[in-house]
Amino acid sequence: MENRGITFGYGFLSQESSFDVQFSLIEYDGSHSYFRAYLVGLLNTILVSVIGIIFATIIGVVIGIARLSNNYLINRTAGVYVEFFRNIPLLLQIFFWYFAALRALPLPQDTEPMFGVFFLTIKGFFVPAFVWNNLDVFIYSIIAAIISIIFIRIYAKKKQENEGIQTPVLSISIGLLFILPILSFLFGGVDASVEIPVIKQLSQSGFTYEGGIKLPPELISLALALSLYTATFIAECVRAGVQGVSKGQKEAAASIGLTPNQVLKLVVMPQALRIIIPPTTNQYLNLTKNSSLAAAIAYPDLVLVFAGTALMQTGRAIEIVSITMLTYLSLSISISIFMNWYNKKIAIKEK
Amino acid sequence: MNKLNFLQPDKNNLNTYLYTGVILVALSIFIVFLNSFFNKDIIYFLPGSISFFLPLILGFIGLHLIRIDYSGLKFLDSINKNINTNNFNAFLSLLIVFVIIKSLPPLLSWFILDANIAGDSKDVCTGSGACWTYIKIWFNRFMYGMYPNAEQWRINLSFIALAFLGTIGFFATEKFKKYLTLYYVAVYPVIAFFFIFFFISGGPIFFDFSYGIIAAVISIIIGFFIPSKFKMYYFIIVPITLYILLKYVFFYEELIELGKLEALEWVETGAWGGLSLTFIVSFFCLIFCFPIGLFLSLGRRSDFPIIKYFSIGMIEFWRGVPLITVLFMSSVMFPMFLPEDMFIDKLVRVIIAISLFEAAYVAEVIRGGLQALPRGQYDAAKSLGMGYWKMHILVILPQALKLVIPGIANTFLALVKDTPLIFVVGLLEIVGMLNLAKTNPEWLGFAMEGYVFASVLFFIICYAMSKYSYNLEQKYKTER
Repeated sequence: MENRGITFGYGFLSQESSFDVQFSLIEYDGSHSYFRAYLVGLLNTILVSVIGIIFATIIGVVIGIARLSNNYLINRTAGVYVEFFRNIPLLLQIFFWYFAALRALPLPQDTEPMFGVFFLTIKGFFVPAFVWNNLDVFIYSIIAAIISIIFIRIYAKKKQENEGIQTPVLSISIGLLFILPILSFLFGGVDASVEIPVIKQLSQSGFTYEGGIKLPPELISLALALSLYTATFIAECVRAGVQGVSKGQKEAAASIGLTPNQVLKLVVMPQALRIIIPPTTNQYLNLTKNSSLAAAIAYPDLVLVFAGTALMQTGRAIEIVSITMLTYLSLSISISIFMNWYNKKIAIKEK
Repeated sequence: MNKLNFLQPDKNNLNTYLYTGVILVALSIFIVFLNSFFNKDIIYFLPGSISFFLPLILGFIGLHLIRIDYSGLKFLDSINKNINTNNFNAFLSLLIVFVIIKSLPPLLSWFILDANIAGDSKDVCTGSGACWTYIKIWFNRFMYGMYPNAEQWRINLSFIALAFLGTIGFFATEKFKKYLTLYYVAVYPVIAFFFIFFFISGGPIFFDFSYGIIAAVISIIIGFFIPSKFKMYYFIIVPITLYILLKYVFFYEELIELGKLEALEWVETGAWGGLSLTFIVSFFCLIFCFPIGLFLSLGRRSDFPIIKYFSIGMIEFWRGVPLITVLFMSSVMFPMFLPEDMFIDKLVRVIIAISLFEAAYVAEVIRGGLQALPRGQYDAAKSLGMGYWKMHILVILPQALKLVIPGIANTFLALVKDTPLIFVVGLLEIVGMLNLAKTNPEWLGFAMEGYVFASVLFFIICYAMSKYSYNLEQKYKTER
């Protein structure tokens, strides 16, 4: 290394980065440091992963349950979906959505609004944004609701163990989750208004929308491909989990007089979740790692911003690649430590 | 005549319910069919929202009417059992049928009816459908990358020969069956490597490793005549001596000059590409990642702390990072650690990187199989006096590997699907070639056709692989 004139050190992180990033969650421009560029990339990675995880879970659970349906058509449709999206490389799917499907969208000036407020254009998806007054009070109210729900759950569990009386925890929780934020609107001075995107002319033929939130096409196609692809794997996990609960368990639970709801809640779900959750967490991890494919369509994630642009500018390959790998590594190791702990906790205690 | 109760159809008025129901369902499907295939709206006189929902409502009522338990008609019963068990199911079934009918015409017209395949320039693609001419013109590029057109027979011939050699196992007689494993694990990969190195790449016959290979072959041949008492020492000493003798005393540089085949043009790996590169990369990664993964999984369960923690470290490291950063590392970081005059080909680096990466996943899958075996198997093997290797090769691994066939197949599938990622180091397999072709100024605007084409190819390959693994699983399934 020495004879190639390469020095080693992490001092460059505080230098001025002098490159711009298209899309960032925190304030960033060329005058910020490389470390901030790293943060921008990391946040973008987390953003697309979280969006992907949420949608993949929803689609995956729906498809997984559909796979278990005794309706032939639903069953087959779900099966075709799983086979189709699972057997095509993720990169190809991302390219398909980005270069083929989303490029077929209309220009901003020709776009028909969906429900009057959403604009799906070739330049991105424009959605209305909320403009908040006293947002912090609103967030505090939600936090307070969640904490009180936790306490109520603990109390209800204790009460059931001591006295055998069940408390309607679910309805109380939902009520709290709605009432406290509403109270914050009424008394806390919280106020929200909606900002609808408005079309604006940039030049003779260039148009864009102003106001609201802009979701760039890179983000949309990446999140779409990631969630559609990962959903197939989650669907298989869900199916395996529900099928893994033996019929005898359900019959035994019914025979001791539990209602169908109680059978599902107290007997089937805990056992199914024990099978479902470990592989599903693995899929979440895979999704996060797969989000690094963003570099292929220029979505500014960690790999593109840091291991791409910053590496080209500084030439510090070893430092940058090692930081990038360490980031992903610490993410996955922390999740796998958590999974091991969780596995131990829920494992059947055999004598 | 019994009283008709349309809310609860029963068997007494079977025919009445049946005819009404079938007519209603048929009518609803007919409306949607006419609308979607012939663009005719026969219920145009109704207000908008009603005419939109009318087929759904009609079909729903119809399906409700034919839902009669134990009707005695076989066909009706099977319909009721499969798609019409309750109102919700009936509704979903109708929805799916309507969506299929609705989406068929546009798909058909895009794929076939309005598509163009004749001609050899962009101008023939005037229809609103797909332009398969684009695929036809670029087909060679998508298959072979930048490989010179005149030399492509070399790839074809190698692949056909390798495919033939690969299927030899099916024709082997009982006598040779026991050598099959050796053949597939040791001989076949070497043959494949020779084919690809000499034939596809057109490399010189004598390159650095040739001495090693010659030394190994000669020493194995002589090895058959050595008494087994000395075999151990023989196999340590002779190959190394032979290698040194060959390299520095007998041949040295002359052979390299001598060995250059003038007949075949040298094609550097940068020009390889397309689907053939996908096959080459996946083939070698498959071959390398399996043994590495096997050793890692055994190492993870080893009693020696050094081996154990080394294996754990390797597995967790490769599993923890995304493949794209591994490839980045192999292309920008790895060359820095090499001596200055040493150069390792891009393709080789990529294959090493992907193999190590997938080996970690294979290791975890195999570990699952090893853990699933009851302790009794280990104890029984040990009590027969078997050593570590004998126990694993004869007792443990055959059972463990059988258990994890689906998992290994999944990992291999993931490997094949990961190969497009090699675009980050500048190797263009089929997806990379598509992206290149898409930016060609003469052929702008055909991204969709290209991606659909590649998707179909990948789907066929991966689906066939998964079906094959399922067959394998069934074949080796033993009741325990």
